[in-house]
Amino acid sequence: MIAHEFEYKRPATLVEATKYLAEHPGSVRVLAGGTDLVAWLRDDAVAPDLVVDIKNVPDLHDLTVEGDSLHIGSLVTFTELIESPLVKEHIPLLAEMAETVASPGIRNRATMVGNICSAVPSCDAGPVLLVLDTTVHLTGPDGSRPVDINDWFVGLRQTARTEDEIVTHLTIKLRRHGGVYVKLMRYAGEDLAQAAVGIAVYPDHGYRVAFGAVAPTPFRSERIEMALAGEPLTEALTAEVVAMVSDEISPITDMRATAAYRTHLTEVMLKRGLEAANQRLAGDGPAYGTRLI
Amino acid sequence: MELTIKVNGELWDMDVAPADVLLDVLREKVGTKSPKIGCERGDCGSCTILMDGRSVRSCLVLAIEADGHEVVTVEGISYEGMNELQDLFISNNAFQCGFCAPGIVLAATELLDNNPNPSRHDVQEALAGNLCRCTGYEPIIEAVLAAGKGRSQ
Repeated sequence: MIAHEFEYKRPATLVEATKYLAEHPGSVRVLAGGTDLVAWLRDDAVAPDLVVDIKNVPDLHDLTVEGDSLHIGSLVTFTELIESPLVKEHIPLLAEMAETVASPGIRNRATMVGNICSAVPSCDAGPVLLVLDTTVHLTGPDGSRPVDINDWFVGLRQTARTEDEIVTHLTIKLRRHGGVYVKLMRYAGEDLAQAAVGIAVYPDHGYRVAFGAVAPTPFRSERIEMALAGEPLTEALTAEVVAMVSDEISPITDMRATAAYRTHLTEVMLKRGLEAANQRLAGDGPAYGTRLI
Repeated sequence: MELTIKVNGELWDMDVAPADVLLDVLREKVGTKSPKIGCERGDCGSCTILMDGRSVRSCLVLAIEADGHEVVTVEGISYEGMNELQDLFISNNAFQCGFCAPGIVLAATELLDNNPNPSRHDVQEALAGNLCRCTGYEPIIEAVLAAGKGRSQ
């Protein structure tokens, strides 16, 4: 049961949707899959006057290749990413990540865009989108604007989205890479990340390395990326960047894991992830979806 | 707000408040008691229903979101006694207290509809997020695997 009352709108157009958002400053929430929002409403963690359900807005379900980019509408669910032949062909890293999100019953509703809008530290999509050339496309009362994913996560549960804007879609530039998402959970199946590592290695040894659940937001480590850049991966180089991990991350201790445990396993995941990402770039290595930890 | 929803083949028109959760509406207004109130935060799976053929946590769906959609609960897959999957749950002792069983049967139904002969790994993945505190899961997995073998023959 949800204890407080709110108004519910299900607009049929984007213009109508943004109009509702602008009319209720400070007290409006966008509803897509609802797997976060409905739980928060029940917990009284949020108490908006208005909930705007965007599921009837056309085009937001699109999952297509347009030009040199993959276009992912804000209503595309994790299940749709897993089942999409386009994702499998172009960016299987997205499916590898999506398969680790909660359980099928959640993935059938939860959207990837919702995941980065909720922006909890352990959001699975964060580390993966950060290592790809991702742009977040927003529409508000004054029109549309793109936001680079590197400017998206601005604080704990805070993003670059203003309250009167709706994320319409993401675009991810298609570029050859070897990708990895490694996620530490207490048990296989359904769990939030205790720590997570996203890696993409591009031809000529260009690296992006991102971490999840070990800081207030998912983030990239420029220091580790710089150390790896342009160099063939050797055991010595791996050891050098693994030694940087404890300075780069700031995990907490809570009921799910201690900071020391998260740090140690992040080091292990980075080591295994770098190796697998390089193998995948070479068309070899463990198939996408293979769990590395 | 007016909600039109198909539940187990039957069309319902009713008035709901925006804050009404689908799980509560199914149990209290429609009278289908198989979706259970467990954790109410999407973790336990006991409120699982099929919505347009896909398993969904009905505790995390506002009733009004289901407007125009089709819901199936365990009552809807067993009009004439038990179906084969349910019989296999019984013969494998795949539940004890039974609280998780409706959700697990529906999650397994979704799996078998999409993948008639699943592997053990497929079954484990499909049932992830459906907690059972009695069986230790093995008899459940065996029941679903047996149903898969039955369907693929």
